[in-house]
Amino acid sequence: MPENIGTRPPIATVPAIMGKPTVPNDLTKPSGNANPGGGNAFSPRDWTQHPPYDHGPYRSTALRSPRQPLIPIKQALSNLTAPAFGDGSIDALDHDLTRNAVVNAAPLGERIIVTGRVLDEDGRPVRRSLVEIWQANAAGRYVHKVDQHDAPLDPNFFGAGRCLTDDDGRYRFVTIKPGAYPWRNHHNAWRPAHIHFSLFGHSFESRLVTQMYFPGDPLLPLDPIYNCTPDESARQRMISTFSIDRTEPEWALGYEFDIVLRGRNATPMEA
Amino acid sequence: MLKQTPSQTVGPYFLYGLIPQPYGRRGVADNRLASPELPGEHIRIEGQVLDGEGNPIVDALIEVWQADAEGHYPAEAADGQPRHFAGFGRADSSAGGLYGFETVKPGGVAEGQAPHVNVIVYARGMLSHAFTRIYFSDEAQANAADPVLALVPEERRNTLIAQRAELPGRTVYRFDIRLQGEGETVFFDA
Ligand SMILES: [Fe+2]
Repeated sequence: MPENIGTRPPIATVPAIMGKPTVPNDLTKPSGNANPGGGNAFSPRDWTQHPPYDHGPYRSTALRSPRQPLIPIKQALSNLTAPAFGDGSIDALDHDLTRNAVVNAAPLGERIIVTGRVLDEDGRPVRRSLVEIWQANAAGRYVHKVDQHDAPLDPNFFGAGRCLTDDDGRYRFVTIKPGAYPWRNHHNAWRPAHIHFSLFGHSFESRLVTQMYFPGDPLLPLDPIYNCTPDESARQRMISTFSIDRTEPEWALGYEFDIVLRGRNATPMEA
Repeated sequence: MLKQTPSQTVGPYFLYGLIPQPYGRRGVADNRLASPELPGEHIRIEGQVLDGEGNPIVDALIEVWQADAEGHYPAEAADGQPRHFAGFGRADSSAGGLYGFETVKPGGVAEGQAPHVNVIVYARGMLSHAFTRIYFSDEAQANAADPVLALVPEERRNTLIAQRAELPGRTVYRFDIRLQGEGETVFFDA
C-alpha cells in the first residue's frame, strides 16, 4: 500500500544579504478581464492539499522532482494576469464527448454527465473560464499514439473536450465513463477510472491540472497517484459524487465534481 | 474558506487533450505566440527538458505566458478571432525532450522588472506543476536590477537566463529546463 509520505516542498527563505527589494506595490499591468479587482494578491498554493514533488510510491517522481527549495515570489511581484478564452475558442460540440468525434455511430460505453462548479477559496464562482478534459475510452484506452494498452480504440470516441464555465462558475460535459488501465508503476498496477481536468482561474498562477475519480472505485486505495497527497479530506475532494439530480431519465447518470482554485486574498500578503 | 483542489500529474497522454492540433483537431493554443506582422523582435525560444540523470523528458508540457514587445499582456487571449499576439503558448517535448516557441521578445512589464516569460512545467512524474521564468542573456543590466532575480541565490540565477544565439536569419534563445540534479532550474513558489 502506498504510504502517504507527503510533505510540502521546501520553500526557501529569502537570503538576508539580499535585503528587501524596494518595489512599488502594483507592478503588474492587469489585463482587461483577468484581474478586475486590480492589485489583489492571490493566496498561495496550499501545500497541505497539493502533493509533494517527490512521492516514492509513484516511481516516475524519483528523477523528476525538483530538490532545491522553491523560491517564494512576493505577491507584489507575481503575475496577476491570465490568458482569457472566449466563446470563439469553443465549438458547439466541444463539451459533448459522445458526439464530438462520431464517425458512424455513438461511442460504446456508459454515457455519463459530469458537471460542477469552479470556485475560488472564498466560494466565489470562477466565471467564463476555460475547462479542458481528456480521458481514456470505456475500454481504458487513450487515443494518444504512445498508449499501447491491449484494449480497443473506439473509432467514434476521441476522449477530449472543453467548455467555458457560466456566470455561476458551472461547467458541464457529456461523456463516456472511462475504463481503468494498467500502467506498470509496480506489479499489477491499475489506474482507477479518472478524467483529467485542466483549469485556468483568475491568474496564470491559479492554473491547476488535476484528475477526477469516481465514487466507490476499488482501485482508489491502491493508486499511488490518488494517494499522493497527505490529507485524507483533500483526496476525497478529487472524487466526484453520484447525483440523482444531475442524472437525466432514460439518458445518462450524473456526477458532480466541484473544483476549488486559489483565490484572491482579502488582505494582500506582505509585499 | 474552501480548500484548494489537489493537483495531479498531467500524465503521459495530455497531448491530444491540450494540444490536439497534431491529431487534426482545433486547439486553444500552440507554440506560435506571435504572427509575423506583430511589432517587436521575433525570436525562437527553445531548449531541452531533462531529468535528474540528464536524460531528456519526452512527455513534458511547457506553458508560457508573456507580454508583447511593449510590455502589455493581451487582454483577451485566444478568443478564436485572428489576433497578432496570443501571449499564451503550449509546447510538448516529444521530440527528444526538445520544446520550442515562436514569439516576440517581451518588453519589461513594469518598472524594475526585466523582460521575462512566465513558464509552467508539467510532466508525467510531476504531481504538482512547477513555475519558472525565462530571462534574456542580452538584458544584463535589466536582469541585474530585477527584483525577482534578486530573490534567487546568485549562483543559481544563470538557470533562469536564456542564452541568445544569432543563427542565419533568426535569433534563438536557448533555455534548458533541468528538473533535478546539477544545474537544477530555479522554480518558484509563485
Ligand atoms: Fe490518465
